[in-house]
Order: sequence, then C-alpha cells, then structure tokens
Amino acid sequence: MAIRRGRGVAAINYPTGMNLGGDPTQALVHSTPTGNFMVTLSSVDLGQGMKQIMAQICAETIGVPTDRVIIDTADTDTGPHCMGTFASRGTHRAGNAVIQAAKEARQVMLEVAAEELEVNASDLETDGQGNIQVKGAPQKSISIFDVALSAHFKRGRSISGRGMFLIPRSYPEKETGAMKPSTCYAHACTVAEVEVDDETGEVTVLTVKNVFEIGRALNPKMVEQQLVGGSWMGISHALYETTEPYYPNRDHGGTDFNQYLMPGPGDLAETEIIVLERPSADGPFGAKGPGEMCANPQIPAVANAVFDAVGVRIDTLPITPERILRALKAQAAG
Amino acid sequence: MAKVPVQFTLNGSEKAEFVESGTTLLAALRDKIGDTSPKGGCHQGTCGACSVIIDGELRLSCLTLAETCGGADIKTTAGLAEGGVLHPLQRAFLDAFATQCGFCTPGMIMAAKVLLDRTPNPSREDVVEALSGNICRCTGYEPIIQAVLLAARANSQNAA
Repeated sequence: MAIRRGRGVAAINYPTGMNLGGDPTQALVHSTPTGNFMVTLSSVDLGQGMKQIMAQICAETIGVPTDRVIIDTADTDTGPHCMGTFASRGTHRAGNAVIQAAKEARQVMLEVAAEELEVNASDLETDGQGNIQVKGAPQKSISIFDVALSAHFKRGRSISGRGMFLIPRSYPEKETGAMKPSTCYAHACTVAEVEVDDETGEVTVLTVKNVFEIGRALNPKMVEQQLVGGSWMGISHALYETTEPYYPNRDHGGTDFNQYLMPGPGDLAETEIIVLERPSADGPFGAKGPGEMCANPQIPAVANAVFDAVGVRIDTLPITPERILRALKAQAAG
Repeated sequence: MAKVPVQFTLNGSEKAEFVESGTTLLAALRDKIGDTSPKGGCHQGTCGACSVIIDGELRLSCLTLAETCGGADIKTTAGLAEGGVLHPLQRAFLDAFATQCGFCTPGMIMAAKVLLDRTPNPSREDVVEALSGNICRCTGYEPIIQAVLLAARANSQNAA
C-alpha cells in the first residue's frame, strides 16, 4: 500500500454557442439626450461580466469612452430577444449584435454631426474621447454631447441602432451526418499531476497546468478570472461533485451542502493558466467563448493521471475513493 | 404569536424591532431592517454567505435567533465603507478580481475581517483556515485568498 503519483494530459476543442433550431441574439442601442449610449439586451449578467464586455464592445464601435455606455439587461420579457447566456455564447452572439446596433447608431450620430458642422458624414471620425471631428482637420469638431442635444431638440433624429445576430439552424447531410453545429471553436490543453492513495482511494491534485486558446481576450483580467475559477471547477467535477452519485440510479443525490460535496479553499491544486489569443473570424473583435470550456479539460486530464498512477480506468464521474477502490479490487482479482 | 422586542447596535447605530419568536437574525436584518448585505444561501449553516460579526465573533446569521441578540454589537459588510471610501478588504476584493456573481462575497469579507482584526499579518494557511466555512461557486478561491493577503499588506503599509 502506497501513495502513487501520476500525470495525465487532455486536450479539447469547444464550440461557441449552439444552433439546434437557430441561435439568435438581438440588441438595441440608443443615445440619451446628453450623448450617453444605452444598450438594451436580454442577455443577463450573472457574474460572468456581460455588462462590462458589452459596454467595451459598444464603446469601441461607436468611438466613445466605455464609461459613456450604460447596459440594461433588466428584463427578458421586454428586452430584445436573446436565446440566453449558456454554451459560452454570450460574448460572441450578443457582442456581434451590439456591434451591428452600435454601427447603425454611430451612422446616425455622424449624420447629425455632419449637419451641425456642414460637412459630409463620410469625412467625420470620432476621437474616442467623446468628440467628432473632420478627418485631417481635428480643429473642426463637435462634442457628442452637443450632437445628442441637436438630434433630440433640433433635428428630430433618434441616434439609435438595431442589432441582430443569427446563426441559422444547420441540418445534417443525409449521407454523412455532417453538419455545422456551432461557429468558432475555443481550445484548451491541461496537464494534471495527482497523488493516489491506493489504500484509501483518495486523490490529491498536486498541480494543474492549463493552456487556453480563446480568441481575442476582450478583457484580459476578467478572462484570467474566469479561467482560474473554471480550472478549479473542472477539478471539482472530476473528483467531488455530483447530484446523482449512483447514476443511472437516481437515489442518494445530495439535496443540500451537507450532502453535496462542494470543496472549500483548503482543496486547491497549484494552478497555472496560459492564454493564447487567436482571433476568430466571426467573433466580436475576434472573441470566442471562454466561459464553459475552461472547466472541461481538467476532467479527462485527472482521469488519465489516476490511470497513470494506479493503472485503473475510471469512466464514471466523479472519481471517488469508492470507485477507485472497487476498480483496484477488480484489477487485483484480474 | 406574540412579538418579541429586540434592540441591538448595527454598524454603529441603534436598532429596535419587534420580531416574531424564532425569527433568524438574517431575516431580521434583511426583511425588517433592510440590510441585505448578508445573503441567504443555504439557511442551514453550511455555506457561510450569511456571516456577520457579533461582538467580535464570526457568526452565521441564518442560525442565530434575532431575539438572542439583545444588546449585541453587530457588524455587516454594508457597514464597512466609511464616508463613501471602501474598506481595505472591499478595495482588495475589487483589485484582486475576487468576486464574480458576488453572492458569497459579503460572507467572505466578514470572515476575512475577523481574521485580520486578530491576525494582521496572516499566512496563506491562516487565510485558508479563516475562509474554510465559506463556499464559492465562481472564483476557485485563489483570487479570494490573494485579496485577503493583499488587504493585510495594505493595512500593514498604512500602519507603518
């Protein structure tokens, strides 16, 4: 009986969104009378950072500072349609919709500015600081604040735009079954090192090293935050968490935190995160979905490391001491 | 059922309420007084989201009866900022990106505050031990541990 060490590797590619019947998200953008921009969405921020990322995308597209953008995700009954924030689709789908809406609003904004400055709208550019100026002659400029006032009180224009992003449903080819179930793919590779006690079946994850390829990281600190938390959640799924410990028998599922094993801060593996950015062609500013994918590769990596350590294949999650001991017993009985 | 009068100090101000016997401190704080910073996560003392500080001790407000808090000095995360300036722990949680959905955050900050009040320069193991009664779904804990260590460093620099 001994503590045995093992190392496992796993790689994944992970779809951004899904289109089982079509995958739409819509967005509306309008300016307030003082030249702030309101983005209306049904894509909810539940802590993943939707509001921050959509504000960045809208601000970048219109050409204003991020703090000039307000995100309203308040009500899925009344907001523009969104399929939801799942399948790592939020940044990609809502982001594309916001870009389209913001472009349309920007065009109206430039048309109003052109009337005020008595120039052609196509000769205008934004300075990113809240002003619109003539290309090559920045001294001829007008603030977006004044443009909005003019649109609202003088010109009778609505500085607004509509954005729609729809991935149409893909039907499988009859002959081959080939289809396009999603858009761009994120990628990841994980190496996990574990110790397995072959007397108790207990697994300790010593280190987990992850490389994530997630397209453009639109907000690098928030991406890192998501990846660190996701890497831990992957280990948690691999070793601890399940609502159905004897699946397909559904008895004995945890109904509260006394029974559902939720690891605390004492069970952390040494974790390394490396981000590779390969911008996607169809993503907003090259983004893919880093959301769910980051919690996946740790699971097969840990399973492979357990195999490397004690020579048993656990193919049911989570990899509990009971399952390891049963497999070791079966192995010994040979 | 007859209501029970209870008086205590919450974040420095006197509070007096009539509560039904058996009302938890969590319910009294959130529903009677309107301090929603303690969160009701599990309502059975297993998640730590409802943590508050009673007479300097970390307590689970979901398992504490309001009527037992007469005369107590109660502190919650809502009372930490002074004059619009965030408490060093709140600042550190922001700077270390230690919060995502935010539901566990007030409980984490309460647990961390009790630690730093007693152990101004904690080791990483001290922080892990202090947070071990609080669970978090989003962050993987490491950013929270780093935030508490960051706040401790900021405190010791201010004191120096």
